Amino acid sequence: MALTLVVNGRAHALDLPPEMPLLWVLRDALGLTGTKYGCGVAACGACTVHIGGQAVRSCQVALGDVAAEVTTIEGLGGASSLHPLQEAWIAHQVAQCGYCQSGQIMQAADLLARSPAPTDDEIDAAMDGNLCRCGTYPRIRAAIHAAAAKV
Amino acid sequence: MSRAGRIARRSFLVGSVAIAGGAAFGAWFIGREAPNPLRPGAGEAALGPFVLVTREGVTLITPRAEMGQGTQTTLAALIAEELDLAWQEVRIDHGPAARAYYNAALLAEGLPGKGYDRSDAMHALGEWLGQAGKVFDLQVTGGSTAMRDAYVKYRLAGAAAREALKAAAARRLGVDAATLSTEAGRVIAPDGTAIPYGELAEAAAAERLRAPDLRPASEWRLLGRALPRLDMPAKSTGRAVFSLDVRPEGLKFAAIRANPMRAGIVSFDPAPALALPGVERVVDLGDAVAVVASNTWFALQGAEALAVEWEGAPYPPDTGSILARIEAAFESDPNSTLRDDGDAAALPAGATEVAADYAVPYLAHAAMEPLNATALLQGDRLTIWTGTQGPMFAKKVGAAETGLAPENVDVVTTLMGGAFGRRGEVDFPRYAARLAAAMPGTPVQLVWSRSEDMRQDFYRPAALARMRGAVADGRAVLLDAQVATQSAAQQGMKRWTGLAMGGPDKGAVDALFNAPYRIANHRVRGYLADLAVPVGFWRSVGASHNAFFQECFMDELAAAAGRDPLDFRLAHMEDEFPVGAAVLRAVRELSGWDAPKAPGTGRGVAFCYSFGTSVAMVVEVREAGGRIRLDRVAIACDAGPALDPGIIEAQMVGGAIYGLSAALDEAITFAGGAAEQENFPDYDALRMSGTPAFAVRILSAQPHVGGVGEPGTPPAAPALANALFDLSGQRARRLPLRPDFPTLA
Repeated sequence: MALTLVVNGRAHALDLPPEMPLLWVLRDALGLTGTKYGCGVAACGACTVHIGGQAVRSCQVALGDVAAEVTTIEGLGGASSLHPLQEAWIAHQVAQCGYCQSGQIMQAADLLARSPAPTDDEIDAAMDGNLCRCGTYPRIRAAIHAAAAKV
Repeated sequence: MSRAGRIARRSFLVGSVAIAGGAAFGAWFIGREAPNPLRPGAGEAALGPFVLVTREGVTLITPRAEMGQGTQTTLAALIAEELDLAWQEVRIDHGPAARAYYNAALLAEGLPGKGYDRSDAMHALGEWLGQAGKVFDLQVTGGSTAMRDAYVKYRLAGAAAREALKAAAARRLGVDAATLSTEAGRVIAPDGTAIPYGELAEAAAAERLRAPDLRPASEWRLLGRALPRLDMPAKSTGRAVFSLDVRPEGLKFAAIRANPMRAGIVSFDPAPALALPGVERVVDLGDAVAVVASNTWFALQGAEALAVEWEGAPYPPDTGSILARIEAAFESDPNSTLRDDGDAAALPAGATEVAADYAVPYLAHAAMEPLNATALLQGDRLTIWTGTQGPMFAKKVGAAETGLAPENVDVVTTLMGGAFGRRGEVDFPRYAARLAAAMPGTPVQLVWSRSEDMRQDFYRPAALARMRGAVADGRAVLLDAQVATQSAAQQGMKRWTGLAMGGPDKGAVDALFNAPYRIANHRVRGYLADLAVPVGFWRSVGASHNAFFQECFMDELAAAAGRDPLDFRLAHMEDEFPVGAAVLRAVRELSGWDAPKAPGTGRGVAFCYSFGTSVAMVVEVREAGGRIRLDRVAIACDAGPALDPGIIEAQMVGGAIYGLSAALDEAITFAGGAAEQENFPDYDALRMSGTPAFAVRILSAQPHVGGVGEPGTPPAAPALANALFDLSGQRARRLPLRPDFPTLA
């Protein structure tokens, strides 16, 4: 039976098992490869997307349990504009390998939506589930502060 | 063994190697240009292997693996600096796997000597001998060599292309080329006429490429500044295409299951996998099994469901018995004694002896992107899409797996989600090619689950050190270092070339034998355990453990001598290596080393010269509320000309975080022949909340370019260990630290 999933404002009818994790639906069925596979056990945050505006680990959310619109990194900014966090990521030259950065940005976007001017402690608390093996944390922190000032 | 094989064996293993290669092949052979692999279309021109000019503009070939270190941005800047391109118009492509993209600096690393003491003549010799890298198809990203290889070569490539474009414009305009200038991708005539390079492509292709003089650093517009990285917008918007993101038409998804005991398969039953939805095929890969499905999730489920009976491990089954084998290597003849100054066997009269043993564990690379490769066998062509640090090696294993000639194998090198040395191996292209050969006409993407990635790693080897020294009158008068480990180089060479390597393994004693301290009686011996635990190249290789041994023990010597640890290091380095001493003085100032410490604070310093670069680090820890936090880290470095200070800063910080992460928590342990760690919950790294504040100072007193991807890692662990001693009075002599310092935050 087909399930309907709304991603980045577009509805998709999907003939996939409801227990399939959203991560693989996005990557393999919809071709939205900006969301990354890192660990499969919600320990690294590389797969972070928004469901109903809230950051979730898409490797742990079953397709059948998705009850609201999904936003991925591809849909975070406007059609022809970047989200302030993406602008800050570029201005602060955050990424190294870049593999974790989609998840980092989606997690940070959730943080700024809830707390427009986060303290360092709030940033730590929000971002600790997002692993970066390149060690870009200092620039991530700076970029979040910079974006917060603009939001 | 073939003649090339014998030469490869000698060249790689012994320091004097490349000399053997040069004599055997003849200088004419080594010096001969490799064919240009670029295939320009009509109206396009390949002005050398690094510059492709089309009607739309210029594409620069940056044929080194972009694994986060920023190498492709700086390679492009080297070419663009001489070619006069506007930075915002620079387009890059990794390009094909090809001999023309050999890395000359890798072989130069094999030259005898400590590195920091190399004369200008030896540098020149190294550059010339490094051309033998062409013969061995060394298109390799590793050893922090990209800039050392490229610094002159890529600027020359840009300059030669520029002159060819000017010559073509001069013919068209009927003027002397000397009257023309270039700017922002155009040739400018004296009357102001501007011709875009693209319009000159075809005509420039007919010009002979000549190497003009390079511009002095004082005229640089791109080099020497923090440029916007070329990959930054794509990596900030989810558009960057990593290895796991390639999506050729008709793609099937597969997951691998391999023996956690690192041996073969007795038998397996595909039925439980085939019974699952979406699973289409189970393919026997010899010593692994692939489950092919319509998406990755189905494939991963299928791989997990397979019932497999594995062969047992070809090494002792648990960590204790493995370490006992490494310890036993101390009783064998040393593999190397690369430093033996004075008489290290004796204790100088009147000196106080100090001795300590150290131990570090096996480590996984644990890059964010799990291993994967995609392959398609179509007729007599094989295409492999993957993030590899050695595309020519991937090409060769692709050919071997399919029986095709190497020229029928295309390797598309993608961005990689970290690598840290792991993606220099050939297992992932090999298995992908083997799988593709079993399903001709269908592209298939083979992925390692995180668990497979961690359990199928080629680990940083465990290492043990026996350090003995002596002090008298405030100075070290004896340092006798012994390290026992496995040889990553011997195993790696066997996997890459099939050839056994003998001779001294310089990497196993790197950062020990060439620690730039002047000590009258100084000996460094390396011992190798003959063990089949799979080991490989982990960011900074031997320096990753030897800097811990060397610099923790320097601290012990300083304490025995009653000296400040930084003063003590300077006293032994000033005359031996002034560049390094300046780096130590810079970190002293940057860290506020001489300022009083707040109560509950500990400071530690460490220095390491590795990959041609000096790095000094001061770590400050603070104890509060019963927890020890990493508070601040100051880093000073000198990698020679600072080609992009923004990228250097990022590599120093990132390298330190990689080293601190390992120092705090990371260890691969074995039970029943298998690694016990499978995922980040049991192999974690620093997170945002545990990350200290960083300050970085970049010096450029060294005339030669050094590496930056690895040298930030080695000093991190010893600087932290020395800070913990300063705080607690307890020496940290084994890694990871947390078992001995359970209150580390």
